[in-house]
Amino acid sequence: MVKFTIKELNIWFGHVHALKQVSMEIRANEILSVIGPSNSGKTTFLRMLNRLNALNQNFRMAGLIKLEQEDIKNIDTELLRKRVGMVFALPLPLPLSIFENVAYGVRMHGTKNKKVLTKKVEESLKEAYLWEEVKDRLNESAFKLSGGQQQRLCIARTLAVEPEVILFDEPCSGLDPISTAKVEDAMVKLKEKYTIVLVTNNVKQAARVGERTAFFLSGELIELDKTDKVFTAPKDKRTDGYIRGKFG
Amino acid sequence: MRNSYRAQNIAFFFLFLATLLIVVPVGLIVVIIIQKGLPAINWQFLSDIPRQGMRAGGIFPAIVGTVYLVSGAIIFALPIGLLAAIYLSEYSKDNLLTRLIKLAIVNLAGVPSVVYGLFGLALFVIFFRFGASIISGSLTLGIMILPVIITTSREALESVPYSFREVSLSLGASKWQTIRHIVLPNAMPGILTGTILGLGRAAGETAPILFTAAAFYLPQLPNSVFDQVMALPYHLYVISTQVPNVEEKARYGTAFILLALVLFMNLVAIIIRYKFRKKKKW
Repeated sequence: MVKFTIKELNIWFGHVHALKQVSMEIRANEILSVIGPSNSGKTTFLRMLNRLNALNQNFRMAGLIKLEQEDIKNIDTELLRKRVGMVFALPLPLPLSIFENVAYGVRMHGTKNKKVLTKKVEESLKEAYLWEEVKDRLNESAFKLSGGQQQRLCIARTLAVEPEVILFDEPCSGLDPISTAKVEDAMVKLKEKYTIVLVTNNVKQAARVGERTAFFLSGELIELDKTDKVFTAPKDKRTDGYIRGKFG
Repeated sequence: MRNSYRAQNIAFFFLFLATLLIVVPVGLIVVIIIQKGLPAINWQFLSDIPRQGMRAGGIFPAIVGTVYLVSGAIIFALPIGLLAAIYLSEYSKDNLLTRLIKLAIVNLAGVPSVVYGLFGLALFVIFFRFGASIISGSLTLGIMILPVIITTSREALESVPYSFREVSLSLGASKWQTIRHIVLPNAMPGILTGTILGLGRAAGETAPILFTAAAFYLPQLPNSVFDQVMALPYHLYVISTQVPNVEEKARYGTAFILLALVLFMNLVAIIIRYKFRKKKKW
């Protein structure tokens, strides 16, 4: 099943043409890795899927993005962002307690019942493999957690609003190898229930977790194929060059 | 090496001297006012009306008047200022017009207070026919402190990291929910600082209430917001310059009470601010 259909997508920020004629499909329950050097438009691409780009005053777009059968322009923005969750590059807990961080989104979507919230928080923290580490200190500030724990808290917070798609924007860029492994484990398990789009600067990470890999360069989608293929027999010379670390 | 060490010492000396030049006069003012004013403070001074042409009795009506005026000004200016600040920092687009508006607001804070007094006289006293009254005075003081409240609130709102807003929006919260639950609670300490500054200014100003609210001598308490009142800064001016043979300690006593009143009102705001800061978890 196709989750996202993207047709001839062009994005500008002021005079900067950030994405050029991008067309692709994202399948349900896959992990799609998006790689490319900085300024290649991969984060812009990601932030398009939940319309976070629209916060920028100078943003303009042309083309079509469909979530399942619906043009995302026609979906209520709050509802779209509930369906398409996001985990940011840096662990960004809200200035609240651990419990309230996870409960925040659920509360904002109208749940007030304390029992329901408590259950949801526990479930989400378990799904993000953080429950055992924090279950005795849910009322402490989220900023007291380590970086890796904070990032898993952010994942739990995203899971709590029951999204269909989760966008990861270089989620491990600030983490040590062990925390990275934990986050990656979580992602692979999450794939069973969610569609995952993973933007990463770490080519090896893309190879480890992604089933398909997309390579962006200067705002263009250069190649999109099964990860094995992209890494062993890329069609385009530029993909080959980037993967071998010749530029970028 | 030695030269730069000496240069550093000289720099430190001048920096220290500058600090001293600021601290000493302020300290002296406080010491003198306490020293000369404290003997005048007793129950009668605080609770009685002025008697014998303000040469005896107390200053109770002036205390009450100032409390009314300042409370009225805050009740009027804080909500409006806060809403304007939220609009300017969260909703308005960044273009020439909004930048001009922001600049104008900052500059309004520097307008001499007597100009506000004249404005209040024209608008509230005469045009709206409120007469010289608590409501005219409060509104005038409120308009005077609006720029301070808007500017400091805006800065407080803008100092909340942008990433918090993005996170909240990315979870599907609406813009208003984001402001209400994430931005405002974290900006609250800064907003209260602005309120404290405004409060102090409103309590101490004479010129804006001179034409709009303050009575020269009124030995009774107001019955409604449309009554005139006595006010501490104006009363201080009157007994210092307009009435002969007032005891020195009565003047300093009045100044002492004015200071104490401002300090007390600030203290309330500071305690609320402290509560918010403690809740803040980053």
